[in-house]
Amino acid sequence: MKKIFSGRVWKYGDNVNTDVIFPGKYTYQKMEPEEMAKHALEDLDPGFASNVKEGDIIVAGKNFGMGSSREQAAIAIKYSGIKVIIAKSFARIYFRNAINAGMPAIKSPEAVDAIENGDEITIDMKNGKIITKNNEFTFPAYPKTVMEILESNGLINFIKNKIKKQEDLCQKEQ
Amino acid sequence: MGKTFVEKIFTKKAKKDIYAGEIVSVEPDFIMSHDNAAAISRTFKKIGVKNVKYPEKVVIILDHEIPAPKESSAINHKEIREFVKEQGISNFFDINNGICHQVFTEQGFALPGKLIVGSDSHTTTYGALGAMSAGIGRSEVASIWATGELWFQVPETIKIILNGKMSEYITAKDIALYIIGQIRSDGADYKAVEFVGDIVSHMSIAERMVLCNMAAEMGAKNGYVQPDHTTFDYIKKRARTEYETLYSDKDAKYYKTIEFDISKISPSIAKPHTVDNYAPIEELEGKTIDQALIGTCTNGRLIDLEMAAKILKGRKVKIRTLIIPASWNIYREAIKKGFIEIFIDAGALVLNPGCGPCLGAHMGVMAPGEKTFSTANRNFKGRMGCREAEIYLGSPLSVAACAITGEITDPRRFL
Repeated sequence: MKKIFSGRVWKYGDNVNTDVIFPGKYTYQKMEPEEMAKHALEDLDPGFASNVKEGDIIVAGKNFGMGSSREQAAIAIKYSGIKVIIAKSFARIYFRNAINAGMPAIKSPEAVDAIENGDEITIDMKNGKIITKNNEFTFPAYPKTVMEILESNGLINFIKNKIKKQEDLCQKEQ
Repeated sequence: MGKTFVEKIFTKKAKKDIYAGEIVSVEPDFIMSHDNAAAISRTFKKIGVKNVKYPEKVVIILDHEIPAPKESSAINHKEIREFVKEQGISNFFDINNGICHQVFTEQGFALPGKLIVGSDSHTTTYGALGAMSAGIGRSEVASIWATGELWFQVPETIKIILNGKMSEYITAKDIALYIIGQIRSDGADYKAVEFVGDIVSHMSIAERMVLCNMAAEMGAKNGYVQPDHTTFDYIKKRARTEYETLYSDKDAKYYKTIEFDISKISPSIAKPHTVDNYAPIEELEGKTIDQALIGTCTNGRLIDLEMAAKILKGRKVKIRTLIIPASWNIYREAIKKGFIEIFIDAGALVLNPGCGPCLGAHMGVMAPGEKTFSTANRNFKGRMGCREAEIYLGSPLSVAACAITGEITDPRRFL
């Protein structure tokens, strides 16, 4: 995972739910992540998917990602080019899905209030800082497990690495 | 120091004292998934492990798009059937069983003291039987299939006490919508919720399932009702395995306690487009509706169909009305009790047990500008497949009353 992210902000309000992020009608269609990205935020902001740029950042109000457990709601956003989501708070399953997809989800109510749509901001993951035009905000470090998953670029890679380590260890012992 | 129910279950699993806030990696007892098992199996294959670690813990129930409405869903189902065969997964329930949460419970997997996860946000439902059950993502299910374990952050617990007297026309759904209206959709974010009080101990399992199902709409990780004689009666002939009942200690530390007196609440409605957009039914009477939907994992049980039958008996529906029993067992019971005949005579469509139109995957889709009054658990924009349509949520009594008049109508007028 990169340690520094800089990008333009797409700002949204409270309670953005998974149905508007990735509509239920697509959830059982077999889709590659790049295809999912074309539907990201389709029922909230139909212009998002065609205008978002690689490296952009979503900043949102409280309870981002409430609703369904559909993982595509995190994956679609990640593959649209968004690198980080900052929100006042995250719905529980969405937070896990974002981390498990290797996309940092950062809780900072103060930063959300200070950031406007279209602002250019920088996030320093190593030092836990959000840097805006006029301000700097800090956020606490993730627990160890969460950080390891992010550094592996998601849960599946994390598990793969873990299994490989165990196999290597077994081979050495033999 | 005393422990809450969730602290106890993680203490048991981790084999050391665990309290809220800690992160633990433990092995769940059952892992539920549905049509999304197709996508999960593809992720599982990417991990590179050949066999599912504990096939006996995997439960797969097809319900979201059944029977397959299009080729892509048929392919999904086929992949799942091949996967369960290849991996020796015996707890597989094909399209002729019903909605995952109902089938899982009826089939005796939902048991006190079990740690259950599922790739569906309403996995919280099994708390009605005293299990710790939470929704997780698809990759998480794939990783448990491969390794047997998953990381959990142990939640703090909110105790919700329901007091008062429940009048006969107020249902568990009205109570759930009322609570969500008060504490809002993030009122229990990341938290465990325990439902206690006289009202809860007098509830049937079907009603407790409504509360725990709707806990997901408060943002909760899980809902929980303390097992009692009602629970043990229900699981007596169903339990698949041994179980150990766990209760919160009297001196357990709660994040907060909220009390509700539900004696005076009205039939509740969630207006578009969020579940916490609460209104008592009096405020909305007369609003015209295009489609009525009775069913789903929230309100498709026998008691719900009985409520609908009570109102529909001898009357005709004025709007298109869809009724979906939550499972084949419920369907069969409803036939025996004469409910299905009442529905058909009233002009309602009885659809096969499954998720149906709730999530907009197939059936009962609306046109722009239309409104559905539904017993489901979500009314988000676009949820039923059309973003220019509106969804109102309520109890089976309220939706059945609306089916007769074509507008939102206080069901007490029919009782």
